[in-house]
Amino acid sequence: MSAPNKSYDPVEVEALKPEEIERMRDEAFAAFAAAGDLDALAQAKTAHTGGTSPLSLANREIGALPPQAKAEAGKRVGQARGAVSKALAARQAELEAERDARVLVEEAVDVTLPYDRTPAGARHPLTTIMERVADVFVAMGYEVAEGPEVEAEWFNFDALNFVPDHPARQMQDTFFVRGTAPDGKPTTGDESGIVLRTHTSPVQARTLLDREPPVYVVCPGRVYRTDELDATHTPVFHQIELLAVDEGLTMADLKGTLDHMVQALFGPEMKTRLRPNFFPFTEPSAEMDMVCYVCRGTSVGNPDRPCRTCGSEGWIELGGCGMVNPKVLIACGVDPQKYSGFAFGFGIERMLMFRHNVEDMRDMVEGDVRFTRPFGMEI
Amino acid sequence: MRVPLSWLREYVDLPATETGRDVQAKLVAVGLEVETVEHIGAGLKGPLVVGQVLTIEELEGFKKPIRFCTVDVGSANGTGEPQEIVCGARNFAVGDKVVVVLPGAVLPGDFAIAARKTYGRTSHGMICSTDELGMGDDGTHGIIVLSPEHEVGTDAIELLQLVDEVLDIAVTPDRGYCLSMRGVARETAIAYGLPLRDPALLDVPAPNAFGYPVKVADPFGCDRFTARTVVGLDPEARSPIWMQRRLQKAGMRPISLTVDITNYVMLELGQPLHAYDRTRIDGPIGVRRAQQGEKLTTLDGTARVLDAEDLVITDNRGPIGLAGVMGGANTEIADTQNGGSTTEVVIEAAHFDAISIARTARRHKLSSEASKRFERGADPQAAAAAAQRTVDLLVLLAGGTAEAGVTEVAAPSAPRTIAMPADHPDRVAGVAYGRETVVRRLQQVGCDVYGQDELLVTVPSWRPDLSEPNDLAEEVIRLEGYENLPSTLPTPPSGRGLTDRQRLHRRVGRALAGAGYVEALNYPFIGDSVLDQLGFDADDARRRTVKLVNPLSDEEPALRTTLLPGLLGALRRNDGRGSHDLALFETGLVFRPTGEETAAVRLPVDHRPGDEQIAGLNAALPHQPRRAAVVLAGAREQAGWWGKGRPVGWADSIEAARAIAREAGVELTVRNDQHAPWHPGRCAALFVTANDAEVLVGHAGELHPGVIKELHLPERTCAMEIDLDLLEQAVDGALQAPRISTFPVATQDVALIVAQDVPAADVEQALREGAGELLESLRLFDVFTGEQIGEGRKSLAYALRFRAPDRTLTVDEATAARDAAVALAAERTGAVLRGA
Repeated sequence: MSAPNKSYDPVEVEALKPEEIERMRDEAFAAFAAAGDLDALAQAKTAHTGGTSPLSLANREIGALPPQAKAEAGKRVGQARGAVSKALAARQAELEAERDARVLVEEAVDVTLPYDRTPAGARHPLTTIMERVADVFVAMGYEVAEGPEVEAEWFNFDALNFVPDHPARQMQDTFFVRGTAPDGKPTTGDESGIVLRTHTSPVQARTLLDREPPVYVVCPGRVYRTDELDATHTPVFHQIELLAVDEGLTMADLKGTLDHMVQALFGPEMKTRLRPNFFPFTEPSAEMDMVCYVCRGTSVGNPDRPCRTCGSEGWIELGGCGMVNPKVLIACGVDPQKYSGFAFGFGIERMLMFRHNVEDMRDMVEGDVRFTRPFGMEI
Repeated sequence: MRVPLSWLREYVDLPATETGRDVQAKLVAVGLEVETVEHIGAGLKGPLVVGQVLTIEELEGFKKPIRFCTVDVGSANGTGEPQEIVCGARNFAVGDKVVVVLPGAVLPGDFAIAARKTYGRTSHGMICSTDELGMGDDGTHGIIVLSPEHEVGTDAIELLQLVDEVLDIAVTPDRGYCLSMRGVARETAIAYGLPLRDPALLDVPAPNAFGYPVKVADPFGCDRFTARTVVGLDPEARSPIWMQRRLQKAGMRPISLTVDITNYVMLELGQPLHAYDRTRIDGPIGVRRAQQGEKLTTLDGTARVLDAEDLVITDNRGPIGLAGVMGGANTEIADTQNGGSTTEVVIEAAHFDAISIARTARRHKLSSEASKRFERGADPQAAAAAAQRTVDLLVLLAGGTAEAGVTEVAAPSAPRTIAMPADHPDRVAGVAYGRETVVRRLQQVGCDVYGQDELLVTVPSWRPDLSEPNDLAEEVIRLEGYENLPSTLPTPPSGRGLTDRQRLHRRVGRALAGAGYVEALNYPFIGDSVLDQLGFDADDARRRTVKLVNPLSDEEPALRTTLLPGLLGALRRNDGRGSHDLALFETGLVFRPTGEETAAVRLPVDHRPGDEQIAGLNAALPHQPRRAAVVLAGAREQAGWWGKGRPVGWADSIEAARAIAREAGVELTVRNDQHAPWHPGRCAALFVTANDAEVLVGHAGELHPGVIKELHLPERTCAMEIDLDLLEQAVDGALQAPRISTFPVATQDVALIVAQDVPAADVEQALREGAGELLESLRLFDVFTGEQIGEGRKSLAYALRFRAPDRTLTVDEATAARDAAVALAAERTGAVLRGA
């Protein structure tokens, strides 16, 4: 740097004239604004803030000014350089934002593209609805009990007060299992005393033999009757059974438990109705109905809006129930003087049919993935 | 039981406005399942009158013979002139009384009658047949010809009782008494709180020694036998219209007067009756068990070979009837309509043992109106009244004369009583009815009740189902109304929730569904053919099946020993319906005879069987383990805009087993195996360790190409089956949480060359053991074969991650661990470090 020239006239230094500095500053502003992208801005940056830029050069000239002029010129140049670098930063941010936005636009995809790379699986609605029913009772403190499907007649009938040769025993069309002769060959008669269980009720007997009262269990499972498969029948179907044995249980308790179940499964406004009926293992016995899930009773006496689900009766038959016949308690070693109980059972297929508008029993049987897949994991 | 409302009103004075639907609701509430209410003659509108045929002119020249008739209908047509009617039927003659429908009338089926031109004449109405009037089939298919006493112009709607309602009641097995008008009327009377006119309340003459001789050799099988004789019957006599109509509405066909009367009285009183042509019985009537192999032709024309348990009615020649089920053809009565001329009958009104009748009916597959009633328990006290009622009707309608002889053979019996605390119904229902209500309700059903707090209840003879206090409680509660029961919730003790086993079963289902499998619930019925198609050896344990006595199909008489047949069937069905990329699963029981099943003993029911007895009974059952299985075909991953798809492979099926094992928290060991129905080179045996022993739990892999062909399955179908019960035994308590080190990981890759037949699992096992505790994880990331490696060899590339719990590992430490791993692999499997 040259030595201070104390006799120098500041007016003589062209570059440090105020209007000249303003011009340099404005040129920088204009260059930044004109830069259309970050590369152009980088060039403008070099041109207007680099070591050889006019303002840098002007800055250098300050030293040559007389001391009395330095302060003012320094201030003027400094302000201009500050404004330029601010403008640069602003433009930089602006262009970066533009670039970022453009990248996002460029990276856009068609989110409507399907993605069925691995099709979803599903559990069978009969399985999940059984679990759902069971869970209602598990939440109340009941436990889930199970039993074999190939069952001794004693459990399936005798212990449940189905007297041999009583017509009730013929009400359920039973698959009989062939016995095994001593030579290992199957016998030809139906005297083996083994059947495919016709209902989940043998689990009642097994549970009572197994546990001391109080007993509160539900028994979901598969059962068999000799019906040919058609739209409304299947030889293999599912039931869920409930058994409660305790001191002082009443039919009112049975009714309350049924009401609770249908409300938990079908909504708080649901209710049940009991009609007298006959089952060997309950006395008194009842048929249980619930308000039609589909029409909620509105189809009754309303021929313009018939209900296929309930046949415009307003009620759907759910299953059988009653107070456990003391004879069953006796056969299972429970003192009927001390304990009483109630039980009910109903078909799961039927419940699935009206709850989910299934029209044909075969759909539940054939394992077609198009039927089952929409039901997913839970029901 | 079909119950015409008009008939019911004969015994109960129901309000005139009460409809069939009203009565239905009342009866349903007291426990009679009224399934339907049929409106007979709905929409029928007169004039419909009795007419007399005056002239018949045969019209010629038409395809079928046509008659132009004039019929006197009295003043019913408003003019009194003969009515001109064209008619196509021919079973009537001049002078016959017929039923005429006049213009303006509407017949059932909305059939409006008007004068119309036909066959060149104008027909002013119709002469009617039973079909046209909705009366049901009477077997004639012709014009109704009335007996001459009916006056011309009489309203035929009333005469023929064409408008009525019929309640169809499904009678439960405990309510045999409701298989009669008497029983239904009793329930109706109670439901309405009205008095009952009991049709069995008849004056009955005392038994005497002059009746037709009857010998009952089996008083247990037949505890009552009443016989009455009526002679001088007019074989020309026919059942009156009212009786025919009631029989028709009740669902029976009128046959002949005597038969109609016995059927009518059976419907009225519930007592099955039988009428024998006296001239065709040889000697005394007997009741005994049949001799094994004895023969009898029953009224339905079937020749039957009898069993020694069958109860039969006999005369000197042998069996003349299957007691309580069906009479024999050899003593059948017949009137002139049926080409006979019976004028003397012996009426049987007996009571037979319910179980004996049930067995006979079942043995001979012969369920009759009589057997249905005896099986459910007829009223033994009604026999004499029913016999009397039959005699009365034969005298009244057939012009017969009752003989004075009255035979009655009856085993001594006492009324049945039940002791019951007066508040028992209250305790069963959870409602305070009070003693007064209890007694009143029991009396209404026909019981005699004595006592205060402790009641002694004598049940009526028609209610054999009432034998326990709870039976009586039901009577009280149903009559007080089930609909009036309150709704209370009991409080069970706190439960333990689902068992581990139950939770595992749910998790398995969720895990498989989560992996893309769709659950199918298949029938468990199989036949030998599918076991052949699956390629099972002759001594394969899965060929030992549980067999059914009465399978739905003879092709599938056995129960599944494996889940695969059902699942593969579902796979094929789906494939056939156009779904080709399939992954299905099922969990369920299979049935495996142990070969050591004991005979199932019939245990007592009057007390708890002993634990050994129960264990013995359980030992009679086959083994029924729960299994899970999957089948796969087509693409496991679909091709799409993201790239290529991936076909199903053997590894998918093994992965399904691993997914299940993961849910159980059990480590699965996989080994190569050869096992039908799998491809011998692509079959994995699956093992777990339970109680320190390795247990085979299942198989997985690609199916044998031969099996795929036999079963018409998609190519490369894969399958897995695993025993969940065995798997569950390997579950070893709660999972121990891993310790997580936060020090840096040291990664080392190794590529090992081994012989082609060395299982990767063995190499991995050796590496793990050799690497020691510093090994955090190990992963096979590549398998390579090729010239560089050499024939019959493969290169396995593993990534090993080492980490210490307490420090940063040095390179030397990690390398030493890796070297130790490689050394053990070399020692065990002959592995050579690639590039070494």
